[in-house]
Amino acid sequence: MATKRTLEVELSTTGMDAQGRPQRVPLVVDDGGSPVALEAPPAIEPDLAGEHMLINIGPQHPATHGVLRLVLELDGETVVRCIPHIGYLHCGFEKSGEYRQYNQIIPYTDREDYLNSPGNNVAFALGAERLFGIEITERCKVLRVILCELSRIISHLVWLGTTCIDIGAFTPFLWSFEQREKVYVLFEKWIGARLTTTFTRVGGLGADIPDGWTDDLKSFLTAFPKVVDEIDRVVTKNGIWVGRTIGLGVMTAEEAINHGLSGPMVRASGVAYDVRKDFPYLDYETYDFDVPVGTNGDVYDRYLVRMEELRQSVRILEQASARLPEGPINVKDHRVILPPKSKATSDMESMIHHFKQVMEGPRPPLGEVYVPVESPKGEKGYYMVSDGTSKPVRWRIRPPAFVNLSAIPKMVEGHLLSDVIAINASIDIVMGEIDR
Amino acid sequence: MGLSRRPDAALAQLSSGGDPWVTTRLDFVVNWARANSLWPMPFGTACCAIEFMATAASRFDLARFGMERQSFSPRQADVLICAGRVPFKLAPVLRRIWQQMPQPKWCISMGSCASSGNGIFDNYAVVQGIDTIIPVDVYVPGCPPRPEGLLYGIMLLQKKVMNERAADKSLRNEMEPDPRSQLYIPPPVIDEISEPFGNSVHQTRSGL
Amino acid sequence: MSTSFTPVVAGSALPADAPAAATPKSISHRGGSPNPTAAALQARFPNSVRSVTVVWGETTVIVDRGQLLETVRWLHDDPSQRYDFLADVTAVEFRDLEQPIEVVWHLRSLPYRRFLRLKVLLEKGTPLEVASVWSVYKSADWLERECYDMFGIRFTGHPDLRRLLMWEQYKEGYPLRKDFPLRGRFSRSEQLRQALAANPEARYSKEELTIAQAFEDLPDDMRRRLSAGEKTGE
Repeated sequence: MATKRTLEVELSTTGMDAQGRPQRVPLVVDDGGSPVALEAPPAIEPDLAGEHMLINIGPQHPATHGVLRLVLELDGETVVRCIPHIGYLHCGFEKSGEYRQYNQIIPYTDREDYLNSPGNNVAFALGAERLFGIEITERCKVLRVILCELSRIISHLVWLGTTCIDIGAFTPFLWSFEQREKVYVLFEKWIGARLTTTFTRVGGLGADIPDGWTDDLKSFLTAFPKVVDEIDRVVTKNGIWVGRTIGLGVMTAEEAINHGLSGPMVRASGVAYDVRKDFPYLDYETYDFDVPVGTNGDVYDRYLVRMEELRQSVRILEQASARLPEGPINVKDHRVILPPKSKATSDMESMIHHFKQVMEGPRPPLGEVYVPVESPKGEKGYYMVSDGTSKPVRWRIRPPAFVNLSAIPKMVEGHLLSDVIAINASIDIVMGEIDR
Repeated sequence: MGLSRRPDAALAQLSSGGDPWVTTRLDFVVNWARANSLWPMPFGTACCAIEFMATAASRFDLARFGMERQSFSPRQADVLICAGRVPFKLAPVLRRIWQQMPQPKWCISMGSCASSGNGIFDNYAVVQGIDTIIPVDVYVPGCPPRPEGLLYGIMLLQKKVMNERAADKSLRNEMEPDPRSQLYIPPPVIDEISEPFGNSVHQTRSGL
Repeated sequence: MSTSFTPVVAGSALPADAPAAATPKSISHRGGSPNPTAAALQARFPNSVRSVTVVWGETTVIVDRGQLLETVRWLHDDPSQRYDFLADVTAVEFRDLEQPIEVVWHLRSLPYRRFLRLKVLLEKGTPLEVASVWSVYKSADWLERECYDMFGIRFTGHPDLRRLLMWEQYKEGYPLRKDFPLRGRFSRSEQLRQALAANPEARYSKEELTIAQAFEDLPDDMRRRLSAGEKTGE
C-alpha cells in the first residue's frame, strides 16, 4: 500500500504561500518602512460577541449533494455545533424488500446508492449466493470485478465533479461527466441501461458481454488515465484548492475507526482497511493493485486517495479484461437460474423450474449472511435473514455513507462556514443510501 | 362538480370576438422569450438528479435550450424540475419551494417516482406522484429517463409555453388546497369512491 | 520530503505466518469452525452466553441483554479481542410473531481480521430496551437512532435517542415491525395531509431555538406547544 502524500507541495500559482493563502501585503507602514499592526477597535457591544447564530442549510441546496439538512450554530463565521437532519429521502427500501423475491430486490439495490448501481448489484448477489450456498462461475467472477471497478470509477468521477463545483472549479465537472458518458456507452452496449443497471441475478448475470466489448473497454482504459492526469494537473497543486482543503475536517485514525468510517474516509486518516484486501471476495487477492492511504485525514488527503483509486481501478480493469476466461456466466442450477426458454416450453422438468421460479421465486435454506464489499463510499454489505421462503425476513443495507456522515458534527466543529461545504463534499455522501 | 372553470372557456370568449393582431404578436414574442430561456430549478433528490446532471453536462447540453443557468433559488426560477422520488418528509419542502417561485412558473415531473410514485415505491414513505402536491405540466417517464427523454419533455413544455395566451388569466391562477374548498375530499369519501378498485390502504391488493 | 509514518494496518495483530486473506470458497451451511472469540466469550461470560452458531462461515453469539454493555466493552478493550470497528446495529423481527425480536451487532476486529455477530433476544411482551453501546463505539450514535425509529427499541444510555429517518411527529408507528403494513396505517390522502400540515419553517427543535434566542419570535401557539413539551423538530 503506497502512501501518497508529500508535505512540501510545489504550487503552480504564484502569489500564494505554502498554505495556499495569498501573500499578505501590509497596508500600514511606519516611517521606517516596516509594517505596523493595526489595533482592533474596542468592542462597543460586547454582547454581540456572545450571541450565536442559527443557520439552516437545506434540505434543498445545491451543495448538500442531495436532500441533507444541516443546522449550524455559528459564532460569527465559525461553526460551534452542527446538527444534521436526514430522512428526506427515506423511501422504505428495507420494508419493500421483505415483500419481494430475491431477484426482485435487485432493482432496489440500484436505486439506493445510485452512483454505484452495478457495484450494489454485485454486493447483493454475493450475499444472496452465500445465503443460497451457490458458487458462481469463473467468468462471472471476472465480469463482476469489471462491473465493480467500472462503477467505482463512475462514482468517484461524480464525487470529483461535484466537489470541484462546491469548491469553485466548474470545468472538471464537465470533464468527469464526459468520461462518465463513455462508461455509460460501455454499460449500454452490455447491459442495456446507463445508470440503474439491475444486472446481476442470484447465480449469475443478466447477459454476457457482446463481441468486441473488451476492445471498447481497452480503448476506454487507454484514454481515461490521460483525463485523470489532466484533472490532476489542474486541481491537485492549485493554490486555491490546496488552501481550501488542507487541514480541514481532520479525523485521526482512532477516531475514524471508532466512528465506523470506512472507505476513502478511513484510508485518508491513515488506516489501511480495504475490504478487497482484508476480507476479499471475487478473488480480489489474485489481482495486483495498491490501496492508497493518506496521512493527515483532512479533505485534501481524501481527494488524493480517491484520485489514486481511480488509477488503481484502471489497473484492476486491465488485469481483469486480460484474464477473462471462457465459459458460462450463470451456474447450472435451475432452482435459481431460469432454464432456456426453448427447454421451458418443451421439457416438463424445465417448465416446473420456470414456473416455480417465476411464481414463487428461489428459496434459500434457513440462515443469515452479511457479505461486505468495498463500495466507493466504504464498507457496504447486505445483511439478509432467510426463513426458508422466497422473500427475506429482513433485508438490511449497511450504508457506508450513513455512518460516514454521522461523523460530520465532529468534523466541522471549529471550522468556518465555507469549510462546512468542503468537508461535506469530501465525505462523498449519497442520500439514497443514507436514507434508504 | 365544483371544479375550476376550464381554460378553454376564457379562450372561447376571446376568439368569438376575434383576436387583435397586436395581442397575438405580443403573445408570440413573450412566449418565445419565455420558452427559450426557461431557468430550471432542479429539485433533484435521487437517481434522476444524476441523469439531470448528465443532461446539463457537455454531451447533451441543456445550455442550447437556454436552461444553462440553473437557479437553485426558487425566487429566480421558471421551471421546477422535480427529479427523483419524494417521500412524505420532503413533501412540505417541495410545496414551500413551489410557493416561493414567482409566476409564470411550470413544473416538469422527471422520472416515474415523481410522476406516479413508481410501482416499486408504493409504500408508507413515498408520495405517489408529486401532482398530489404541486400542479405538473409535463410528466417524463423513465427510471431514470434518458437525457433524450428529458429533452423531449422540455421541448413539449416549450410547445406548451408557446401556445399560451396572455389574455387567459386562468393560466396563472394559484390555488391553496383548502379543507373547506370543493376540491378537498375527506378520507372516508375517498374510500367509498375507490371501493370497486381498492386504494393503497387496502393491504389485500395483489397479495402483499 | 516526506515524513515517514506507520499506517494502521488491518491484520497487524496476526502472527507473521498467518495465511493471507483469501476469498472464502466452499463454505458449508452449518458446522464451520467458529471464530475463536466465541470460546473466549464463553470462558469470560459463562452465564451470559446463550448459544454459539456458525452459519455460512459466520459466527453468531447470543448473549443475555443484562450483560450486553460489559460484553461489548470487553470485546473492544481486551488485547486478545480488539473489536475496534462496529459495522452495524440492527434488529430482526420474524414473521412468526411469537419469536423474539433479535437485536444484532456486527463487530469487526481490524487487527485480527475477524468478524463477529452478537445478538440479544428481546421477548415479545417484555419492554423493548437494550443498553446502548455509544460509550464504546461512536458509530452507534445514528445506527441506534435508526433502529429505534424503525423498530421502537429503546437504547438506554444513548445521548440523544430521537427519530432519524421519519419525522419526530410521525404517528403511524414503527415502520419495520411486522404488524406495520407496507403502505402504512393511514390512507394516502391522510398521509399527505399530515405531511403537508407540517410547516417546514417551524421545524427547529427547542434546543436549536435556544441557540438562536429566537423563541420569542415564534407565534403564540407554537410557543405554547413547545413549552408543553411537544417536539417540533425531527
